[in-house]
Amino acid sequence: MMNRRLVAWLQAAPLAAVFAIFFLIPLVLIVTVSFWQATDYELIPAFTPQAYLDLFSGCGGGADDLCVTLSTYGSTLKFALLTWAITGVVGFTVAYFLAFHVRSTLVQTVLFIVCTVPFWTSNVIRMISWIPLLGRNGLVNDALLGLGLVKQPVEWLLYSDFSVVLAFVHLYTMFMIVPIFNSMMRIDRSLIEAARDGGASPWQTVRHVVLPLSRTGILIGSIFVVALVMGDFVTVGVMGGQQIASVGKTIQVQASYLQFPAAAANAVVLLAVVLMMIVALMRLVDLRKEL
Amino acid sequence: MSDQQRAAGTSRRQILKMAGAAGVGLAGFPYVHAQEKITLRYLGTAVNQDRRIAEKFEADTGIKIQYIAVTTDDVTKRAVTAPNSFDLIDTEYFSLKKILPTGNLLGIDTKRIKNADKITTLFTKGEVGGKKVGDQGTAPKKVMYLDKPDAKTFSAAPTQYMTLIPTVYNADTLGIRPDLIKRPIESWKELLNPEFKGKAAILNIPSIGIMDAAMVVEAMGLYKYPDKGNMTKKEIDLTIKTLIEAKRAGQFRALWKDFNESVNLMASGEVVIQSMWSPAVTAVRTKGIPCVFQPLKEGYRAWAAGFGIPRTLTGRKADAAYEFINWFLDGWAGAYLNRQGYYSAVLETAKAKMEAYEWAYWMEGKPAAKDIKSPTGDLLAKAGSVRDGGSYEARMGGIACWNSIMDENQYMVQKWNEFVAA
Repeated sequence: MMNRRLVAWLQAAPLAAVFAIFFLIPLVLIVTVSFWQATDYELIPAFTPQAYLDLFSGCGGGADDLCVTLSTYGSTLKFALLTWAITGVVGFTVAYFLAFHVRSTLVQTVLFIVCTVPFWTSNVIRMISWIPLLGRNGLVNDALLGLGLVKQPVEWLLYSDFSVVLAFVHLYTMFMIVPIFNSMMRIDRSLIEAARDGGASPWQTVRHVVLPLSRTGILIGSIFVVALVMGDFVTVGVMGGQQIASVGKTIQVQASYLQFPAAAANAVVLLAVVLMMIVALMRLVDLRKEL
Repeated sequence: MSDQQRAAGTSRRQILKMAGAAGVGLAGFPYVHAQEKITLRYLGTAVNQDRRIAEKFEADTGIKIQYIAVTTDDVTKRAVTAPNSFDLIDTEYFSLKKILPTGNLLGIDTKRIKNADKITTLFTKGEVGGKKVGDQGTAPKKVMYLDKPDAKTFSAAPTQYMTLIPTVYNADTLGIRPDLIKRPIESWKELLNPEFKGKAAILNIPSIGIMDAAMVVEAMGLYKYPDKGNMTKKEIDLTIKTLIEAKRAGQFRALWKDFNESVNLMASGEVVIQSMWSPAVTAVRTKGIPCVFQPLKEGYRAWAAGFGIPRTLTGRKADAAYEFINWFLDGWAGAYLNRQGYYSAVLETAKAKMEAYEWAYWMEGKPAAKDIKSPTGDLLAKAGSVRDGGSYEARMGGIACWNSIMDENQYMVQKWNEFVAA
């Protein structure tokens, strides 16, 4: 009996070790450092909540003038929400098409691979390729001007909230398609037939049968998208012309100026926010049961 | 002789031969070891890390240079946290305020630097052509000397020990697209002129960007800073407030952080006026797009970089580092850098390695007698054109302030994040 338990522990040990070395210990370090003091060139291990106080200084003061931290989180959350909603709708539609409209397994596989083609190049390249398209003298503006639809180049196409969300959708829709497709493929086809036999319209079938049964996929996709957007600072930087704040960017700037306690405090707050969002999502679905 | 015997004989002979070779090898071993090639790990930004410089140095001396190219911020970070990871550091003078107190740098003995007394007076005295230049911010002369090699504070007066031996330096200003602006630009205040609404950009490296902003604030007549490179909290607030107001009014098209971003913004016409670096302006021009590194009446914001030696460096590697620094000041590298539009620390030796017409164009502000080519052979300027900003004395003599790290650095970065978030 004892022996078997020992074996079980040993079997779990490698993963536990990896988890401890690459996740738990760094996390503990970050939390510790966030309570330290620092000068330009050294860290002083003295407990102080100063980094957190600085982080939220000015918050809750003026009514119309939000403090930096809150407005940064506000804009990051806005991007997360918009991206989540759009990738959700697009991802669901694409997955639905692949799962229910394409009959042959071969075509399904081929189309699925086609979806992953953009992933053969790097994120940054895919982002940058939008710039000549959307710029002031870009293709879209050239076309609009040429068609006589506008008199002045449209400025909000690039370096704006619009271009940031566009890039996010472009980059992350795949993370929605895959899990949703996966859970749709597990739906018992006889349920769809039963709905049709029962007189449900195609829309009603989607709403009352497919959507609820794809919940797990949607949820997993949502976790991916939300976590990715919340931590992303490259996309916001490149597509927003570096003018739009994101939490990740703030952390990067602080770290590059050796302000480690401030960066660590920011990271801890970001982690807490993302965890809360994921916990909230998890309450909607019991992942363990569904998987 | 039977076959077997012959085989044995051969093998015996072979063994003897091998033993002989091994003997020579063993005896020769210490000698070979002493001649083993030295590799210097050179930490710095990509700007000065030119493959051709390393190749030429290796050809001249047999010492290998291994470049470690990181960003300006990361050079500082590594100097502070991992002084064992490099043998030679190429960093900017303003970073010294962060690096030196850690004790990770060792003062360089100028007695071992052949051309030490020929280093331009801009560094040693803060003068160009006998005239004082602006010393706001971290002017190199303020952080140039140490009382003893392992000192952790700067010496006010010149001594035998230098913190860094200057390599390259330049004076930055605004870059403009003359074809899209169509009128002369003379002052820093044009950066926030609503005429260029949505077509201006500023550098998103806080410690440098805020200096550019301060130049604008002064040019607009809003405030006169006692030292733009070391602002009080109130002054930082004022500067950032000006930037935020402009940003909310839609002045900026983008902010940029790296060289290529600034080139793309300018070349694509997204931006017509922005703070810019001289080689970036050249890069836009080599695409066939007109771009001017515009001299302004308020002057330039200057920067300078230099070589430093980590405290941990000893023995042959230390000798090699000194050899590299001496070689670097000896003219070939200086001429190479001058031809890129930077300036070298010892002008005399660089001049000896440049053609007279090149020197006249790059350093004396005279019209080019022949086509001007970059060290790699690209055409930089046609015969008859004049360098932006004119001669060395006109440009470097027009320095208003130097890149710096403020005492209120942390507060400044916090406020800068506010500007980005606004």
